[in-house]
Amino acid sequence: MWRALRDELQPNGVELITVGLDSLGADGCRAAIEMAQPSHPALIDTHHQMATRFGVVNIPQSIWIDEQGMIVRPVESAPPPPTDVAPPPQGADPLPQRLTDIMAEAAQIETDPARYHHALRDWITKGSESQYALSPEAVIQRSAPLSKDRAMGHAHFELACEAVVQNEKGIAVRHFRAAHALVPDSWTYRRQAWSLEAVEAAGPFARFWQGPSPNAAESWPYDSDWLTDIRREGPANYYAPWQD
Amino acid sequence: MIIHGATINTRSFEAETGWTINSEGACKADTCIPLPFDHDGQTLPAKALAEAMHLPFVEAPELDIMAIGPESFGSHSLQTARAPDLSLPDLNGNIHRLSEFLGQKVILYAWAPY
Repeated sequence: MWRALRDELQPNGVELITVGLDSLGADGCRAAIEMAQPSHPALIDTHHQMATRFGVVNIPQSIWIDEQGMIVRPVESAPPPPTDVAPPPQGADPLPQRLTDIMAEAAQIETDPARYHHALRDWITKGSESQYALSPEAVIQRSAPLSKDRAMGHAHFELACEAVVQNEKGIAVRHFRAAHALVPDSWTYRRQAWSLEAVEAAGPFARFWQGPSPNAAESWPYDSDWLTDIRREGPANYYAPWQD
Repeated sequence: MIIHGATINTRSFEAETGWTINSEGACKADTCIPLPFDHDGQTLPAKALAEAMHLPFVEAPELDIMAIGPESFGSHSLQTARAPDLSLPDLNGNIHRLSEFLGQKVILYAWAPY
């Protein structure tokens, strides 16, 4: 979705590097990457290093880095370019109720693509002179908080991802649960875990179901699910608002 | 980072965490932490390292692996605005490092297929 923007900006010395956060690794990310046919580097982050090292808690999020390797904007919500909204999926078969409910909640999620992309173009044109390029001190201040509990949560999550890589589902679930408790604001930590649960009713939307099977709710190994959490937290709060 | 077994390759630790191991111990930005064991070889004892640096760690003995988490000295996840040298593979398994892109502005974009 960003390819047109990237191709337009690349001659100005800008590169887009996409990072797929998925403990299923290349296998999980391949279909989406091949469909996008990127002209930019598309990397695979099996253990969510983007969370540990940059503080990513939701997707899509971005970090801006200047030519000297300095972060000028720490992690924040990165909506697609305003002209680039994907139409809702259409099919001949009616969707299962849960997916209809998910789409209804998702439709209420608030983003501000105009302000983000205005700021992005301003930075690309003006570089360090842009008001949107933050000083190193401001970058540090604005970066996510990190407590001992949170740091431990990152360790549990990485271990869970490695357990997924080694096909050890039970061990993975245990450590995903620990990570969820220690890093409660991370949507990616919850969504990654939920997306790995196989639910027959989900059909081709398996990874987006992220909740119990209608016929076997008691076997759901997590304390919550996407629909419950977004209703409780409110779709308007899904992404933090843009901050100049 | 994930450690298989009891020892960690020193260069891997440096690459993945941004800490440098030298004669003063483990150093990053203005901080150096002395290490109470021999640390000028190619490997380090993983658990003793994590304990000396007060890094969180979690073990899965069934798989003979452990995970060492990030430091939490300050209150912010970033102690410096210098971007860590993230190093990740592409679909073909080729490793790319953020430092390869010095000289360009970079938009680092996190997404997921779920």
